[in-house]
Amino acid sequence: MRHILSILLENEAGALSRVVGLFSARAYNIDSLTVSTTEDPTLSRMTIVTHGSDEVIEQITKQLNKLIEVVKVIDLNESEHIERELMLIKVRAVGKDREEMKRMADIFRGRIIDVTEKTYTIELTGTSEKLGAFIEAVDRTVILETVRTGASGIGRGERVLKI
Amino acid sequence: MQISGAEIVVRCLQEEGVEFVFGYPGGAVLEIYDAIFRQDKFKHVLVRHEQAATHAADAYSRSSDKVGVALVTSGPGATNAVTGIATAYMDSVPMVVISGQVPSPAIGLDAFQEVDMVGITRPCVKHNFLVKDVSELAATIKKAFYIAKSGRPGPVVVDIPKDVTQQRAEFRYPDSVHIRSYVPATRGHSGQIKKAVNLLLEAKRPFIYVGGGAVQGRAEAEVTELVRSLNLPCTNTLMGLGAYPGSDRQFLGMPGMHGTYEANMAMQYCDVLVAVGARFDDRVISVPSHFLSQPKKIIHIDVDPSSISKRVKADIPIVGDVKLVLREMLEQLKQSGQKPEGAALEAWWKRIEEWRGHDCLLYAPSDELIKPQMVVQTLYDITGGQAIVTSDVGQHQMWAAQYYKFDRPKQWLNSGGLGTMGFGLPAAIGAQLANPHAQVACITGEGSIQMNIQELSTAKQYHTPVKVLALNNRYLGMVRQWQEFFYGTRYSESYMDALPDFVKIAEAYGHVGLKVESPADVEPALREAFSDKLKERLVFLDFRTDQSENVFPMIQNGKGLDQMDLPPHMRDIQQVPFENNRDYGNMC
Ligand SMILES: Cc1ncc(C[n+]2csc(CCOP(=O)(O)OP(=O)(O)O)c2C)c(N)n1
Repeated sequence: MRHILSILLENEAGALSRVVGLFSARAYNIDSLTVSTTEDPTLSRMTIVTHGSDEVIEQITKQLNKLIEVVKVIDLNESEHIERELMLIKVRAVGKDREEMKRMADIFRGRIIDVTEKTYTIELTGTSEKLGAFIEAVDRTVILETVRTGASGIGRGERVLKI
Repeated sequence: MQISGAEIVVRCLQEEGVEFVFGYPGGAVLEIYDAIFRQDKFKHVLVRHEQAATHAADAYSRSSDKVGVALVTSGPGATNAVTGIATAYMDSVPMVVISGQVPSPAIGLDAFQEVDMVGITRPCVKHNFLVKDVSELAATIKKAFYIAKSGRPGPVVVDIPKDVTQQRAEFRYPDSVHIRSYVPATRGHSGQIKKAVNLLLEAKRPFIYVGGGAVQGRAEAEVTELVRSLNLPCTNTLMGLGAYPGSDRQFLGMPGMHGTYEANMAMQYCDVLVAVGARFDDRVISVPSHFLSQPKKIIHIDVDPSSISKRVKADIPIVGDVKLVLREMLEQLKQSGQKPEGAALEAWWKRIEEWRGHDCLLYAPSDELIKPQMVVQTLYDITGGQAIVTSDVGQHQMWAAQYYKFDRPKQWLNSGGLGTMGFGLPAAIGAQLANPHAQVACITGEGSIQMNIQELSTAKQYHTPVKVLALNNRYLGMVRQWQEFFYGTRYSESYMDALPDFVKIAEAYGHVGLKVESPADVEPALREAFSDKLKERLVFLDFRTDQSENVFPMIQNGKGLDQMDLPPHMRDIQQVPFENNRDYGNMC
């Protein structure tokens, strides 16, 4: 099953590679990984999307907790959460495609953030699924380039991940 | 007053009460060596290979309650140390390894003798540091010691660039360490402990399974009290040997691949298993599903939550310091005033005695060939069971574990997790330095000893009078055994041709060498080695042992605990399956 783990860790050199190394050394999967500092500059927050059986996820969580720099780990799947991913997608936009592209971007609540005579660059946010759906929806041959951030997740409502 | 980074390193080690630093110099650590030269609070032990520095530091720690310290130079010195670091990591041994690094400005430029030590050791350390600023050096070393010895212990590497050892700073050693992201568990959850106590009291066929965590956590008194007060049967893993006295009636021997018949059967057919600092390693439980095919409840106590339910799901997990958890268990047991049901326990013991009655460690004696088991038994007798025994890896290691009965923890030192050949001799040196008055014996094979035989030189320099017992079967015996079992006796590269004359080697290094070729000479030779006359000398005993002897019982990969290959005199017994409820009516 797909899980989305939120990790608070010390914002120190090498911390990221320790987390990534743990996944590769123990042959766990990383589907996506997003990391940046938080409002507290001594802390980084990482979101890892992974998949595996319950036992595997339990081990991943325990092993992550064992890393000295890891302050806290939660599995966002355990309660309601919101997740977002950002995609920048550059498409060919000429002739009638231009109008069509604009319409598609609107339907998906995307924003066209760069325009040339022949291209649009569209910014889209949403769940991974939604971004995938956009790619499915447009004619593949017009896609010139895509770049995605991987998911960021946060618990709904009062639930916070803090130290 | 400002002092150099190198002097800071030395001062930190002094503050930690370090007695010995095992190491080897080189360009990147010359400043530190210079600072060591100018002090006399701790002693530096010059090994002959950095792998030996880490093994010696490791065994120094395993045989005492201190943190082992190794010091190596950058590049090749650092990589040579990695095997020893990984060995300590697998066996949860507290150790601090200081490695030199090329000067900061040269890092990343493929400088002479540069290697990314932090990167290389990341998967096999508890934690590691690259010190970038001399002002952080003291605090980092303090943290390193704290991390190494707290929680589940392990090795910590501190990599120090040469320029950092040259820069100057004020020396301030912190009194304590607080790392907000590292809070090792101590006390177990009382509610869980209560549940465990109740379950144990209801057990009809209880069994206590004790691992290396009880040795590292110094829980031997608590383990012994629990086992004795409730009259429970008990097993110690390879890493746990000595946590419960090996010569005691309630000890059933070691479990697992080369465990005893009685320990394996009891482990398979118990109804409540208490795992104490043991992690269901694959050499103990090869196939979890087979193990769990006999329903049993599992109480698992460990300081490391990730060891719980990793291979075998625990019914009652208890995360905490094993010593503290057991203390609370004992306290609760006392308060309840209850004991497990006597009749059921008696029936269980009766069954265990039947298993034990087969004497699975019996071997065929010989007048012509030296049986390796007999060498270990004789060592046990001659040393009165008191020696500190180190071993290498192979058949001799298993015979040492099976036939030397360890009554104290920290008396048996071997590489259980990584299975590192070359561990035995440097480990014996480290253990002898930690225990100058103890008898230290290294049980090894002719294959293993050659992996760090150069340490005979270190032993000479520091007058460590260890006794090396080479069970010389001219084979990489354990490999040969597997080839016999699984590869149609095709002995691919397991025969050791062109062996050196070990007696001459020992003599060349300035030690005493004895060659023993007949069973009748085993005891006299050992007596001589341990005699007062040779008390101060390293004695290398080259026992020419039976080449064809194999280790029994054995559980092949993929087989259950009750599916052992048994020694010849027991071959029929195995066919009789254990009837779960034969003796117990419907109590199960
Ligand atoms: C460094 C290392 N290399 C290889 C092995 C694999 N191995 C395990 S046991 C063994 C044979 C050991 O032979 P020896 O030391 O002569 O002991 P014996 O089994 O004959 O008692 C080998 C090669 C190992 N454990 N460690």
